[in-house]
Amino acid sequence: MDRDTAQHAHHVLASVLRSDRARILARVVRIVGDLAYAEDAVQEACVDAAHHWPRDGVPVNPQGWLVTAARRRTIDRLRSLTAASRRERAMFERTLGFDVEPDDAPVPDDRLRLIFTCCHPALAPEIQVALTLHAVGGLTTAEIASAFMVSEPTMGQRLSRGKRKIRETRIAYRVPHDGELPARLAPVLAAVYLIFTTGYLAPTGSSPVRVDLLDEAVRLSDVLCELLPDHAEVLGLAALVHLTDARRDSRLDDTGLAVDLTHQDRSRWNSDQITRGLTLLARARVANDPGPYQIQAAIAAVHARASDAAQTDWAMIATLYDGLLALTPSPVIAMNRALAIGLSRGPHEGLALLDDPALVRALSRHHRYHATRAHLWELAGDLPAARRAWAQSLELPMSAHERVTLLAHLEEISPVNAT
Amino acid sequence: MRYMLIIHNGENHPRPGDEGWDQLMADYGAFSAQLASYGTPFSGDPLAPPDMATTVRVHDGQTMVTDGPFAETKEWFSGYYIIDVENLDQALAAAAMIPSAKWGSVEVRPVLDM
Repeated sequence: MDRDTAQHAHHVLASVLRSDRARILARVVRIVGDLAYAEDAVQEACVDAAHHWPRDGVPVNPQGWLVTAARRRTIDRLRSLTAASRRERAMFERTLGFDVEPDDAPVPDDRLRLIFTCCHPALAPEIQVALTLHAVGGLTTAEIASAFMVSEPTMGQRLSRGKRKIRETRIAYRVPHDGELPARLAPVLAAVYLIFTTGYLAPTGSSPVRVDLLDEAVRLSDVLCELLPDHAEVLGLAALVHLTDARRDSRLDDTGLAVDLTHQDRSRWNSDQITRGLTLLARARVANDPGPYQIQAAIAAVHARASDAAQTDWAMIATLYDGLLALTPSPVIAMNRALAIGLSRGPHEGLALLDDPALVRALSRHHRYHATRAHLWELAGDLPAARRAWAQSLELPMSAHERVTLLAHLEEISPVNAT
Repeated sequence: MRYMLIIHNGENHPRPGDEGWDQLMADYGAFSAQLASYGTPFSGDPLAPPDMATTVRVHDGQTMVTDGPFAETKEWFSGYYIIDVENLDQALAAAAMIPSAKWGSVEVRPVLDM
């Protein structure tokens, strides 16, 4: 065997799997009708490719070759089934015969089917997220387990329970029709956004940013835009993800501590990603169907447009939070709105809103609530009140990074340093 | 695939003689007619309330019959349908049309072919 040919074959296989694994898997799922079997078949097809390509040369259409090989592997498996596996046999007979498109046909719908299946509302949200990362994102069980801070066996059970429920309750591989789309799209967008926020905030991990999850969420939101290009909230989510992710490189200082938005070095924000986010947001507005992702993206866009923190149009942000609060009322949004009002109309106005009894009841056990009050008291020039609020915040659970950052800040505003 | 739609009545579910009862019965008639118009094979029946239940257990060869159970829960199993449809989405759509779902819940489970 020619060493260069062999190397070239391995290189092509690796690159095809990197860029097209989800497409190939989605295609095979459609042919064999079952996610778990399709994954096995794709795996076996890759082993076949690693064996044949170095010897026979790389096929003209490597993706099509892998799909065909996976289909053949499934047929072999069907033949080897014993009578004891009647149910499996029935399943394959039902699905295998069905419309196999030519291998070079465009197949965006297969990926979309797969995403909607993984995020079917009959599956628990944590299973939706895990399945999406696994089947569409190609992450391994170990990678997903570590991203969500659970053990690998736990994540393995979660994934296999999801696949089993898809098979045994017969969740269809289909894209919902227009009438169902709003309800069915919501968990899909929520799953992608949760993947993003988990990567961005990495709640309890040793590293405060999970780059693999951020990359995956960006990729998934782009895939959704490609597949549903006219849907306002799909564009809104992608805009939000890009505009927020643009700040990735400035989120941590040299020692690995989180830097808040005010103190980030904006010259390190990714201007290409900001442009992409703003373009997506403009496209979303054309659809004239506002929603929570678009409004959050619009808030991120206000930050992105400000050349430094002092230039931030907090009045605009407060107005956007009014809209967000009307669409999706929540104490956290009410708190962020109060902060924006405090920063645009004066700290005392924000503090008064934060004293709302319902808000106190809902948020007094969250450190960010007290941190927000502390921030506004500092602006109001009342350092003793600020220190009291910071102290309340420190009594509550927060990540190790947040705690270190906060302690450093308290040091700065301590009476000793202030003199 | 066959699915059982297991109906649980909630607290405010109309009872015979209540103001909403006749309307409920008419709605159930319309639901059955709709399934029939789709050509969906189905069967199903309502059940007497849980205070009419008797429980049988056979332990160590002894048959024991007890009154009840008197469930503590606020929702109780009140009837079922078995429908034969293509996939879960169709079963869920049918479940959402069951009139009692407005006051309780409908559990959807595949029927196993043994």
